[in-house]
Amino acid sequence: MIFFEPFLLTGKRSEYVMTTTHSLNPLIQINDVHKAFGSVGVLHGVSMMINAGEAVCIIGPSGSGKSTLLRCINGLTPIDKGEIFVGPHAVHLMPSDKEMIPLRKDVSIVFQQYNLFPHKTTLENIMMAPVHVLGQSKDEVEMRARELLKKVRLTDKEKSYPGELSGGQQQRVAIARALAMQPQVMLFDEVTAALDPETRKEVLLTIRQLVEEGLTSILVTHEMAFAREISDKVYFTEHGLIVEYGSPQQIFDDPQKKRTREFLEQVL
Amino acid sequence: MKTAGDKMDVMLPLSIGTKQAWSKDRYSAGSQVTFKVGICLLALLVTSIAFAQVQARDLNESVLDILIKWTPLMAKGFSFNLLISALAMLIGTVAGLFLGFARISLMAPVRGTSWIMVQFFRNSPWLVLLFLVMFLMPFEFHFAGYTIPFPDWIKATLGLALPIMANFAEIVRGAVQSISTTQWEAARSLAFTRRQILWQIILPQCVKRMLPPWMNWYAILTMATTLASIVGVSEVMTVVGRIIAAEGRTELLIPIYSYILLWFFIYCYPIALITKRLELRFAER
Repeated sequence: MIFFEPFLLTGKRSEYVMTTTHSLNPLIQINDVHKAFGSVGVLHGVSMMINAGEAVCIIGPSGSGKSTLLRCINGLTPIDKGEIFVGPHAVHLMPSDKEMIPLRKDVSIVFQQYNLFPHKTTLENIMMAPVHVLGQSKDEVEMRARELLKKVRLTDKEKSYPGELSGGQQQRVAIARALAMQPQVMLFDEVTAALDPETRKEVLLTIRQLVEEGLTSILVTHEMAFAREISDKVYFTEHGLIVEYGSPQQIFDDPQKKRTREFLEQVL
Repeated sequence: MKTAGDKMDVMLPLSIGTKQAWSKDRYSAGSQVTFKVGICLLALLVTSIAFAQVQARDLNESVLDILIKWTPLMAKGFSFNLLISALAMLIGTVAGLFLGFARISLMAPVRGTSWIMVQFFRNSPWLVLLFLVMFLMPFEFHFAGYTIPFPDWIKATLGLALPIMANFAEIVRGAVQSISTTQWEAARSLAFTRRQILWQIILPQCVKRMLPPWMNWYAILTMATTLASIVGVSEVMTVVGRIIAAEGRTELLIPIYSYILLWFFIYCYPIALITKRLELRFAER
């Protein structure tokens, strides 16, 4: 559907697209990212590389800039300095939301507070973006939306409004809504933080299934056991810096930095 | 006898010092009061008819007969008021919607211009706006060889639509800004454009919040349509003026105007009632 892709018509897209091959692997490349809100510095030079198919968890104390970093990746929070490449998209060069549209078609995010559209049913929430943003046919999207609802085990809730669902159910609808865009990358921003232990489990189960299917995912989480179980790489951040990163075994069993040890002792 | 130091409590408006709590009771009490106003109006009409009847020189035709005789003509005038109010509301709503969007535009000049427009039309007396439109607009347009007439009542409608537009723009702006920013974030992250977000995600959620104040403005506008008589539109007040002149009986003044008041009340009171009910229903959710 070329008519729904204004950047292809105007040729504007090329400004923000890397043509060199190294941008394809790793899929996400974050170089020396700085961000401050007013005088409060949040990120002080964060670098990361994430390959396609990897699941990466970012852990760390509150206020360490984890969520901000995640929001920088899909451009919800503009960065002050540094570079962010997601596949062919150079996020740091995009001046406004308008230019970020191609990026956001490839990167989906799930929020802590679900943020479903309250005036739309479950099925409509899932179908809206693929139909109106990607310009896909309604029938095709509806079929996919039903499959996604099956995947998140909410087949019977397609006509319910978000207000009629529990937190865990809403979060699974939010995941299905994000997946309906068929993204290259999924960002999960503390998606279980607002849920009770029981519903938390259903959501984590859904995410694990996605990771096992090879969807590139970045998770900001406080669920240490879950992070250890599903991730390929774990980053520990504090005060806007990456203190340490490595395989989950390395970070959880044999942390090298004193600060990582202290943090893990407190939360485990 | 009262001394100067005594409080003149009779003169104080009822509401002073008795601010009521935000509750259901407040609404029901409010609508009861309005209903009592209606009863008073009816009483005024009846007594004024009786009074006029007593004063009347010519007893061959009762005041009631005169009212009934002229009712079809007054109804025609009144329906013209309703037409003007509906059209002005339509124009004001559509224009106000876009003006409201302009108020939250990302472009500073658009925001600034719309701010000036809103402030100007919101803070001008409606009658002055009406005169301004009457005198500024031509009575006909010449377009592509055709002459399109532009009658007074259309001009009056446009004049009344202006303050509605400005006030509705503020309702739109307030409602849009009252929607949580997380809705914007969710929509932005799904690659919706700003226009799509406004029309498909934010505005539908605003309708519930905008409906009660919008209806309130409609009721105000309906009552304000009588201003059009001053600029020569043949609406109900103009018709009444002519009827009184034709009858030449001064004792008719109060019954006829009370009669018209009652019409407006019967039309506007249900709107006020529904508005209150809607407000209450939306507040409960």
